[in-house]
Amino acid sequence: MDLIIVGQQLVNGLVLGSIYGLIAVGYTMVYGIIGMINFAHGEVYMISAYLSAIFLAIITSMGVVSVPFALLLVLVVTIFVTAIYGWSIERVAYRPLRGSTRLAPLISAIGISLVLQNYVRIGQGAKSQGVPPLIDGSFRFHLGSPDSFIQITMIQCLIIVASLIGMGALHYLMQKTALGRACRATQQDRTMARLLGVDTDKVISIVFVLGSAMAAIAGVLVTLNYGSFDFHIGFVTGIKAFTAAVLGGIGSLPGAMLGGLVLGLSESFFSGFINTDYKDVFAFSILVLVLIFKPSGLLGVAEVEKV
Amino acid sequence: MRFFSWFIKGYAISLFVVLVLFSTSAKAGGIVKIGVAGPFSGPVAAFGDQFWRGAEQAAHDINANGGVAGKKILLVRGDDSCEPKQALSVANRLVDLEEVNAVMGHFCSSTTVTASEIYADAGLLMITPASTNPMVTERGLPTIFRTTGRDDQQGTVAANFVVDKLHAKRVAIIHDKTTYGLGLAEAFKARLNTLGVTQVLFDGLTRGEKDFNALVTKVKGKHADVVYFGGIHNEAGPFARQLKEQGVSAPMVSGDGIVSDEFVLSAGGPGYAEGVYMTFGADPRKIPAGASVVAGYRKRGIEPEGYTLYSYATIQVIAAAMVGSGTTTDGEKMAEWLHNNSVDTIMGKKSWDAKGDLTILDYVMYRWDDKGGYGEVE
Repeated sequence: MDLIIVGQQLVNGLVLGSIYGLIAVGYTMVYGIIGMINFAHGEVYMISAYLSAIFLAIITSMGVVSVPFALLLVLVVTIFVTAIYGWSIERVAYRPLRGSTRLAPLISAIGISLVLQNYVRIGQGAKSQGVPPLIDGSFRFHLGSPDSFIQITMIQCLIIVASLIGMGALHYLMQKTALGRACRATQQDRTMARLLGVDTDKVISIVFVLGSAMAAIAGVLVTLNYGSFDFHIGFVTGIKAFTAAVLGGIGSLPGAMLGGLVLGLSESFFSGFINTDYKDVFAFSILVLVLIFKPSGLLGVAEVEKV
Repeated sequence: MRFFSWFIKGYAISLFVVLVLFSTSAKAGGIVKIGVAGPFSGPVAAFGDQFWRGAEQAAHDINANGGVAGKKILLVRGDDSCEPKQALSVANRLVDLEEVNAVMGHFCSSTTVTASEIYADAGLLMITPASTNPMVTERGLPTIFRTTGRDDQQGTVAANFVVDKLHAKRVAIIHDKTTYGLGLAEAFKARLNTLGVTQVLFDGLTRGEKDFNALVTKVKGKHADVVYFGGIHNEAGPFARQLKEQGVSAPMVSGDGIVSDEFVLSAGGPGYAEGVYMTFGADPRKIPAGASVVAGYRKRGIEPEGYTLYSYATIQVIAAAMVGSGTTTDGEKMAEWLHNNSVDTIMGKKSWDAKGDLTILDYVMYRWDDKGGYGEVE
């Protein structure tokens, strides 16, 4: 095995894994707090990709020339609007069903996912949309001949750094602040938290907002990195991110990030050294194996049935 | 129980009435219904638009010149989203509910192969302007034709070009695991091996993904000097871009699945699409027979790119088969006529062999330029 190739696949896997991790957070937080799988989360990510391109066009047409400033602005606005989407989805599709059977919100989630996909398709067209490359440049680590190098582009650095910062901030929020305490209390026992004066409806809304915000970071970065997107991108990425969340232990924040990285790296290495055809088979085999030996996922806590 | 039996009777009667209404509406008056089946939604909807633009204009022109033996052409749209299972229901709808007289379609090979069984069972003439997988005509279905080439021919032209012109020694072959993409890649590989070149890599990527960096690194590690891609623009764009981003200088060669502006869009700009080769039929816009039609499109601000003119010609062929065979309903007679006669279309004279493939083929190599257009490689 060539050292260069191993290094490059490591970079590829880390980038892919960071993106999976950022989106997986949304699945894991929602599951942790209300015990349902938000299948519309992949579409939230897709919408954020569209939003980021739209805001990018608006902001550049308003005459903002400094690229870092424009990007920061795009990031902030996209996070804000995507969060509104997340909040509205919860309000419209899940809250009215909270008292009903476990399956009802699940069906509602699939419905919302279809609605969002087709809403974007009709509004923006079925064609792929693209943004021009904004951030150029890359770091190349040469080993030996000038042709052999490990490359990490600026955007890829940005993806890894942004996802680390995002996860760190979220972790801090959950562990050290009053809001985080309320979230964790709601997660442990919603009825009791409510009795003790926690506004659980508000906490659940906030969880949706936070999850969407993380998906928006992924949406902006992915748009910059791959340059193109269509109304269909939420599906495959959503499934993968959900897998990452389960792999890491659904309900656990660090688990989501770890699951994303494990999935990204295993896909990348399997694809690079064995076969790309079967990389998904391999990724899901890992999932199955982990679930057999540790049903709660890598970092998940086994659930104790309350009697 | 009584209620249910009444309910069922009532349902049966209403269904019968509806069916009678539908069948009379299809047969009454001077109308010929032609189904236009393709991806009008979904990830490859751009090609559906080309289909519709071509078919609509052809129907309009034929109707303006007296129609098909005095009957007006009415187009019926069937949206398959490039999904085989949806194509099945579209085909059933066109046959049973719309009762079309013939079908132009589908686009994706996987959908054409699936749906063609239904048309063949119903004895309906089906002509695809775009599906190039050999399976479309290899199954001995008598009423199935195409007005485009085959992947084995396309693969042959590409492999010849790669070996003779690009002097490739180490070729990586990537496909998207679909009927079309894998078929194309295998046809290319077969010819390449005949020419004495063995591929260094033969691998498939997953449709719907955007990150192919791991695969690109692998291609790079194999030191390929040409990368062949069997698939469509949604994946070809990001793949081409990531090849360039990782500094792979080997040119990418692909097939007619990337003949669309969307290839440039999904690559993220002309800079990433530049230098990519693709095989496609000799530019139909340059064929003298179609000059006035092309001019007509351009006058309305539409560039008749990709499959637009193929679709136009296909409607012409269907109309000619109806006039020539003297029937607008019997698909088998139309098919028989097409096997024995040639048709003058805007793409020149076309005739078919016993399988339903074109007798004369003209794949050539194109290259994407730095402005997002493409031109023939001399």
